[in-house]
Amino acid sequence: MATAKIPEATSTLLAPAERALQVIGGDVSDASLRQYLEGLSPVDAVGLHARAASFQTRSIKAASKKTALDTIITLTDLTTLEGADTRGKVRSLVAKAITPDAGDPSTPTVAAVCVYGDMVPHVREALGARTDIAIAAVATAFPSGRASLAVKIADTKDAVAAGADEIDMVIDRGAFLSGRYGEVFDQIVAVKEACRRADGTYAHLKVILETGELNTYDNVRKASWLAILAGGDFIKTSTGKVSPAATMPVTLTMLHVVRDWKRLTGENIGVKPAGGIRSSKDAIRYLVMVAETVGSTWLHPHLFRFGASSLLNDVLLQRQKMTTGRYSGSAYVTEG
Amino acid sequence: MSHVSVPKTYKLYIGGAFPRSESGRVYPVNDSSGEFVAHAAQASRKDARDAVVAARAALSGWSGTTSYNRGQVLYRIAELLEGRRGQFIDELRATDGLTAGAARTHVNTAIDTWVWYAGWADKYAQVAGNTNPVSGPYFNISTPEPMGVVAAIAPQDGGLLGLVETIAPIIVSGNTAVVVASETSPFAAISLGEVMATSDVPGGVVNVLTGVSTEIAPWLAGHADVNGLDVSEAQHCDWVELQIAAAETLTRVLSPTQGIEPRSLERLTFFTETKTVWHTKSLI
Amino acid sequence: MPDAPEGFLDYAPAPESTSLLSLKEQYGLFINGDFVEGSGSPFATISPATEKTITHVTEASEGDVDAAVQAARGAFDTTWSRMSGSERGKYLFRIARLIQERARELAVAETLDNGKPIKESRDVDVPLAAAWFFYYAGWADKLEYAGAGPQVRPLGVAAQVIPWNFPLLMLAWKIAPALAAGNTVVIKPAETTPLSALLFAEILQQADLPPGVVNIITGAGTTGRFLVEHPDVNKVAFTGSTAVGREIARAVAGTDKKLTLELGGKAANIVFDDAPLEQAIEGIVDGIFFNQGHVCCAGSRLLVQENIEEEVVSRLKERLSTLRLGDPLDKNTDIGAVNSAAQLERIRTLSQAGEEEGAERWSAPCTIPDQGFWWAPTVFTGVETSHRIAREEIFGPVLSVMSFRTPAEAIAKANNTPYGLSAGIWSDKGSKVLAVADKLHAGVIWSNTYNRFDPASPFGGYKESGYGREGGRHGLLAYLSTATTRKGRTR
Repeated sequence: MATAKIPEATSTLLAPAERALQVIGGDVSDASLRQYLEGLSPVDAVGLHARAASFQTRSIKAASKKTALDTIITLTDLTTLEGADTRGKVRSLVAKAITPDAGDPSTPTVAAVCVYGDMVPHVREALGARTDIAIAAVATAFPSGRASLAVKIADTKDAVAAGADEIDMVIDRGAFLSGRYGEVFDQIVAVKEACRRADGTYAHLKVILETGELNTYDNVRKASWLAILAGGDFIKTSTGKVSPAATMPVTLTMLHVVRDWKRLTGENIGVKPAGGIRSSKDAIRYLVMVAETVGSTWLHPHLFRFGASSLLNDVLLQRQKMTTGRYSGSAYVTEG
Repeated sequence: MSHVSVPKTYKLYIGGAFPRSESGRVYPVNDSSGEFVAHAAQASRKDARDAVVAARAALSGWSGTTSYNRGQVLYRIAELLEGRRGQFIDELRATDGLTAGAARTHVNTAIDTWVWYAGWADKYAQVAGNTNPVSGPYFNISTPEPMGVVAAIAPQDGGLLGLVETIAPIIVSGNTAVVVASETSPFAAISLGEVMATSDVPGGVVNVLTGVSTEIAPWLAGHADVNGLDVSEAQHCDWVELQIAAAETLTRVLSPTQGIEPRSLERLTFFTETKTVWHTKSLI
Repeated sequence: MPDAPEGFLDYAPAPESTSLLSLKEQYGLFINGDFVEGSGSPFATISPATEKTITHVTEASEGDVDAAVQAARGAFDTTWSRMSGSERGKYLFRIARLIQERARELAVAETLDNGKPIKESRDVDVPLAAAWFFYYAGWADKLEYAGAGPQVRPLGVAAQVIPWNFPLLMLAWKIAPALAAGNTVVIKPAETTPLSALLFAEILQQADLPPGVVNIITGAGTTGRFLVEHPDVNKVAFTGSTAVGREIARAVAGTDKKLTLELGGKAANIVFDDAPLEQAIEGIVDGIFFNQGHVCCAGSRLLVQENIEEEVVSRLKERLSTLRLGDPLDKNTDIGAVNSAAQLERIRTLSQAGEEEGAERWSAPCTIPDQGFWWAPTVFTGVETSHRIAREEIFGPVLSVMSFRTPAEAIAKANNTPYGLSAGIWSDKGSKVLAVADKLHAGVIWSNTYNRFDPASPFGGYKESGYGREGGRHGLLAYLSTATTRKGRTR
């Protein structure tokens, strides 16, 4: 029997990302990365769904609910990602980020404003000297990721240069699904490098897996590991442009990976479910899931975010109800 | 030319071999008119114990064969019985006092009973088992599995047919059996053991004890390694006491009060356990 | 590693209100459609979480038992066995609907009386009880399709004795198939958990079920003995301990009473190294800590492949540390109260035996309330197959961990018990799951899940876990007579 010929690609050495070198060991190659990802514990979808559903039965009342609502606001990436976005729309979004509820000055501010790269200067301008609200920019030919690496790098550098604190990149799902893990890995490493500022610091990198296109929870798990190994600071579910976007089982799978990573290396990685979370009730369930899976230390903006546009208003309505004891209405919150 | 006959020494059938009783005891068996026919081995409690050990040892192999294979093995018994019909007719005439015609019919029915049960081997699970439409993402199926080691008291007046009707429904599903033969008419049982030994039935699947039922049966009924007990034809013993003894380890008891037909699917499935397997079912 | 619960994780109390529950100060026996006083003495039923008296119930005497059996016999002869299957079925449908309508009330009563978390009584016990009646309601006019031939008949009067771990659900498991098949019933709930059965009696009145079709008598072991030994009973169905099951098997020996026994267990939950580990951890938790481990099919022996033992145990302990023990009526409680002082004592005794025999004990860090009966989730490692905690049913939140190297060893260890009720298998490899399932001597096998129940799915054990099946088509057959006039041997 002839020895099977190893395809050239599988023996290709990958970019020497620090985490991968430490965890996988040796010179990280396409083959060793594949072997590592395929050795991960499998996911049983039925059990995963049952566990995710169990968080929904938690009953969050009174003081806990108040804490939860405020926490949601502090974890929100207030987002607008429309082709029709304008300077004016972005400025009003920033105003909302700074003062979510004009009628209640005790309302906390959101974590970040998330926009397309070309809108970053407008956000910067609107925020003025404030640094408590981060600027997140989607990059790398968001949302499809269908562009050459050179374009993706340029897209990223552009946003960082304009003042983005955080880069939300998309992975190449085509490459991932066809098994070219090394290619996806190298791209993340390259984008991470493009996040480097002149002073040597880095913009935070959120890696969007676009789980709605990954088909299986095993793939979500693999992609999460891959993104972390390549240097991602956050793993993010979705662009919001593909349905389904964030779901509790998907996010739970990612939280499991983050927890395992912590166990393995001691390092904290952030998680960002994005898209599809519209109500306070849903968001509170996410908080419960985070707290009971990775601990409540994760309920801070540097480790957990909601990518959402309409969630904030629902939270504000709930907050108003808790303050006044009456149900509020949409006329009492500002439209993004 | 005269020929002095060479009578057979009847022994026990345990683990595929034909040992004498470890106690060395035998008892005389007479024909219906009281004339001595031959000695039979009188099994002791230790023989009963050995038979259970043999049955337990054979269980994994026998229950692990395919249903198709077990059907073939049972059919093979019928084939060999057909070849030995003369011997059985002679024995039934001698010990049970049957006429030639009645003995012939009796043996024919016994053969047909093997064939009937042989056919069930790969079908009863389809009739007695089913999938269960549970409300959730689970594959769920219930199937009858063999119960394990089954001890049975053969009917006192059953002849060959009573034995076959006792043994066949036990072993067809993959159980192994320890059978206490009729006290007064034990020879058909040992001769059936010879048929087993020369057919494809693995040693230990069927074990035959001859002797005094009331002496052996309590040891089997109270044996912790016996999973099922057939006393449905044990009116000649104190079957209620046997049932009480069996309760100690929750041994399943087929009693005379249950009204289960001798040749029936119900009898076959009585010696099975329904096993229900759940498995998660999801595309992703 | 999750931090110790702080801030957000300290969920504010969210107790279910008991105001919708209106209880009488004392309950009699439900015989022939009415509550009657009975001749026995009253006894208190308490909440195991507070040790406070909830209400008083009556201990049925031998005479009361006889009256109940007579009522059931009368109803069988004059009403129930003569009614068409479709009419019987409609009563069962009514009962199912009434259980759904009074679900919250039943859940509160169950949690109050039993000590189980409200989220379990609300999401598992009560909905499943309703589902059981729905399922069997549909069988009532289809008995000839149950697989026992066209001549099937009811057996007559069924004597049913049920345990305290799932009071209402076990009642449903017993009554629904019995009535669907055309039998009438005398049922005795456990002495520590009679409450939901008494509320169920009110439901029967609301459903206008003909008097005597179901009779509910309260009491302890003696009352139960009078019932199963009553000569005019045709069927005995018991769920409870193997020791009592053995007594009942002896008591009915020689009679023509049909018997179903659903007894103890010491199930193996087998985790292979190719398991979906995250879900396996949840399955281990569900397996032994669901209902405080008061589950006959609980996965009380964890068999884990040796190369992942350390990881599994450490993840398990981490997970158990997040369980919330406390007020069963709080919607966020995961672990409720142990049902009785006697049961707590048994758990304590066996746990002590585990330590004395050399196993290493770990208990989840949780605050134990001052009042009531409580036991923190406990894991024993370094358990040998000969230890008492590896062989005896503890019936509490105590897990014994053992390891294995090969599938053959896992199967051998799993089967090395007089019990044979259930087992769990965790592996992503389907062919291995099926091969192992084939070789396990257990009546219910869950692969990649645990403690799932469904009215369509038969439940029951091998060996000393009892005989007969409850649930599904098989469960119906346990209440039907298939015996035709005995034709005798074919010779």
